Amino acid sequence: MSSQKKRDQLILHTALTAGRIMIENGSEIERVEDTMTRIAHNAGAETSQLFVMITGILMAINGEVGAQIQPVKRRTFDLEKIAVVNQLSREFAAHDITLRQFADKLDHLDSETKYFPMWAQLLAAAMVSGPLEVVFRHNLHDFWISCFVGMIGWLVFYLLNKFIQIRFLSEFAGAATIGILAVFAVHLGLGLSVDDIIIGGVMPLVPGVPITNSVRDVLAGNLVSGPARAVEALVSAAAIGFGIAMVLQFL
Amino acid sequence: MTLLEFFIEVAGTYVSTLAFGVLINIPRRALNFGGWIGVLGFLLYRFTVLSGGGYVVGNLLGAFAIGVASLQAARIKKMPMILFNIPALVPLVPGGQAYQMIKNFALGQNATAFVFMMQVVMISGSIAFGFLLSELVNRVQQRAWRHRR
Repeated sequence: MSSQKKRDQLILHTALTAGRIMIENGSEIERVEDTMTRIAHNAGAETSQLFVMITGILMAINGEVGAQIQPVKRRTFDLEKIAVVNQLSREFAAHDITLRQFADKLDHLDSETKYFPMWAQLLAAAMVSGPLEVVFRHNLHDFWISCFVGMIGWLVFYLLNKFIQIRFLSEFAGAATIGILAVFAVHLGLGLSVDDIIIGGVMPLVPGVPITNSVRDVLAGNLVSGPARAVEALVSAAAIGFGIAMVLQFL
Repeated sequence: MTLLEFFIEVAGTYVSTLAFGVLINIPRRALNFGGWIGVLGFLLYRFTVLSGGGYVVGNLLGAFAIGVASLQAARIKKMPMILFNIPALVPLVPGGQAYQMIKNFALGQNATAFVFMMQVVMISGSIAFGFLLSELVNRVQQRAWRHRR
């Protein structure tokens, strides 16, 4: 293989990996296109053609290698990785790192996950539920029980997501847990209003990333990926709704 | 609304925006900014509703402010814009109305449920439209920046 061909191969590999990491972790399509074009341009490719969708990327640059496809299989929300790719792309544009280093760092980033520790995430789930219950419903009495119910609901959601990996089932189970706990809490006299506890408790499960991204994608003219994300958000919301509705119907 | 209630609302909005940021793993450097943008959007919404502007206009203004402020934060911090506007949007989500809709559908009171469904649709639409308007401002600003350079 000639060195030019190797170089082109590396450019394609780097740009496609960067794009895949960004889509997998919840970036909007326009940013992915922008970053990949910049990487190719800064690496010395004269032209680049891109086709980015939420389930896969197709990219070609001028030169000796053909176009390549990168499927996007899983989808999680880890916005730190998007920020890191963004930062690496800036460093590459400023010639602080070489293309080879960039590719290595991306491969490394892909394999590691640096979430907040578990206790911090549980605390965060509690701190989404309780304060929003007070903000929405002005019911200070149910603050602590909302925190607790929201935390347990989110824990169920998290564990199911991690070990079973059936999409939308985890939202359903989390919401059902929240509903059952809220009804029992009121039965036991720990809370005043089932409605308020449930409203606070489901807030950590709200699909915030797909909602925001679907609006931004549609506005940027990505008429395939935008509605696809909107469907994702709607099905998540519907799963939460079914979980709550089932509990309210039976208890 | 007393002053104490007002402070509780602001603190609750800030804390919950920050905590949602932790759940979707936003870098630590961006968390504080996101929290304040959330408070800004929520305050605009709240004051509009208190002064009789209605919840549709309130959500529109809130989403608009979040969109514009996020771009400024992204420019200052040199980080992607979605790190700021996703958590900031959470306090505007029509959680209460969506819950009432589900509850009334589950209990078979469809007429009431449809009223709440209309509200959810209107609020979601106004948030989306607020984002659209902020995007307009952002594009104009970007063009102005490019011309100046």
